[in-house]
Amino acid sequence: MKKSRVIQLLGLILIGVLVGFGYHNRTQTNAGESITAVGSTALQPLVEAAGEQYSTEHTGVFINVQGGGSGTGLSQIQSGAVAIGNSDIFAEEQSGIDASKLKDHRVAVVGIAPIINKKTGVTNLTKAQLIKIFTGKITNWKAVGGKNLPIVLINRAQGSGTRKTFESYALDGRKSADSQEQDSSGLARSIVASTPGAISYVAFSYLDSSVATVTVDGVKPTEANVRNNHWKIWSYEHLYTGLHPNQLTNKFINYILSTAVQKKLVKQLGYISVHDMQVQRSATGKISTVK
Amino acid sequence: MDKIRASLLKKSVATKIERRGKILSLSCLALIIVVVFLIFYFVASRGLATFFENHINLWQFLSGTQWNPGTTGTNGQPAVGALPMIVGSFLITILSALIATPFAIGTAVFMTEISPKRGAQILRPVTELLVGIPSVVYGFIGLQVVVPFVRNTFGGSGYGILSGTFVLFVMILPTVTSMSADALNAVPRYYREASLALGATRWQTIYKVVLRAAIPGMLTAIVFGMARAFGEALAVQMVIGNATLLPQNLVSPASTLTSILTMGIGNTVMGSLQNNALWSLAMILLLMSLVFNLVIRYIGRKGKLNNER
Repeated sequence: MKKSRVIQLLGLILIGVLVGFGYHNRTQTNAGESITAVGSTALQPLVEAAGEQYSTEHTGVFINVQGGGSGTGLSQIQSGAVAIGNSDIFAEEQSGIDASKLKDHRVAVVGIAPIINKKTGVTNLTKAQLIKIFTGKITNWKAVGGKNLPIVLINRAQGSGTRKTFESYALDGRKSADSQEQDSSGLARSIVASTPGAISYVAFSYLDSSVATVTVDGVKPTEANVRNNHWKIWSYEHLYTGLHPNQLTNKFINYILSTAVQKKLVKQLGYISVHDMQVQRSATGKISTVK
Repeated sequence: MDKIRASLLKKSVATKIERRGKILSLSCLALIIVVVFLIFYFVASRGLATFFENHINLWQFLSGTQWNPGTTGTNGQPAVGALPMIVGSFLITILSALIATPFAIGTAVFMTEISPKRGAQILRPVTELLVGIPSVVYGFIGLQVVVPFVRNTFGGSGYGILSGTFVLFVMILPTVTSMSADALNAVPRYYREASLALGATRWQTIYKVVLRAAIPGMLTAIVFGMARAFGEALAVQMVIGNATLLPQNLVSPASTLTSILTMGIGNTVMGSLQNNALWSLAMILLLMSLVFNLVIRYIGRKGKLNNER
């Protein structure tokens, strides 16, 4: 009985010492500086990579990046739970968000291209045809010069940033017809690749040889065409902060906007640098040239 | 004398330990109950907000066929008709249970009655292995194998109720099988002996005695499988197509409560109508799992009475 008491006591002391030691160590290695960025999965790779680079250059600083979707990013930054909210869309476009309480930092641009299954036999669509296809008025590829094959629409989930951008700038604000929905770009692409007659849309970074792209009104979906707005289906990637972000947040955003990151990392990951854009677009869709 | 008196009046060490153990286990129980109630409260408070804060008609929610919470539907109200998802969920659950049941009962009979030795050695570990496979693996196989198969055999794009049913059938089969086997094993040995002594063949014994006696247990197994099918999200989401349309036939794209829920929750803002509508879907799911639970308990109680008679 006595012996076991002693062992218990020793155990407690040991745990206490370990906890104390751990706590002590924690205060030493982590300078207490970390920020959390939550939101868009399309922007996540860039913020993650930039965060890692930033951490290696500034020891003791941690950039914690999580997905969850643009809606989550915007609502988390609005409630003040995180330092940065990642979003594919303007805060103004999301219902339930008060954009005047948020500060917008545009860090990159993504182009979005329609993708079709390779066996449809179509290489160009006019914008009017694209709209008719996505609103369900054209249901066979024959009507746009392709094979006699029913059109299978594959949308992204409702509220997805890519879908909102596509509906705003490719469908001129029309809602797509009810159809199949997928919640990730990768899945949408692999389904288009394997389903005859399928059409969907993904960011440029997801384009590969398994699917075909189409030109819209004769314009090719390339970076150069996005820069001068000949290709109209593109959107900004936003980092939203509160009106008065703390110092570390400011530093990190400036780091992402620095030429070093924009020239290298942004391009490597398939985004288009905001520095290269010859035009800019406001939340309401107004285009103006950058001097 | 005083010493004995004192020790009799004082609580013994054993009593103290027992009391400590009781408090410990009670507090664990209390914690779980609190968590369950908090979940119910949270889901209900968000889910009911659709009806009380956003003033959506409950009947309209249950019977409407348009789902696009961000926009207004044809009647001027936000388009939050959950019928396509509810129909999709129930169809896929009932169909997969219908297909799985005969297979499960057949396997269970083989495992317990016909070849108990091989059943215990091979079949049981195999079915238990099937239970442990993560649902994303089932979904991926469904996407790569089942969807093209359905497309080439039955037409359509391959995404739809039928593909979902096939995937769920494989997913719930092991659960139903092992629970049915347990039910068959629980039938007392003297039932079989009495039947055989009366001159019944093995098949007659299985068909007329063992299976009948095990009906409550097997019903429980089926309902358990249905509960799993109803709540499965990932695997179904990958093969059903996720179109919020009322299914026209088994190969047209459809959706389930869970698939729309998992797809939409990251793209909405807490407190907005879109978000509340999704919570309402979650509430339906929760209520349905409650119903499944009650059905299981009800069957269990009835089965007990039958055995005692």
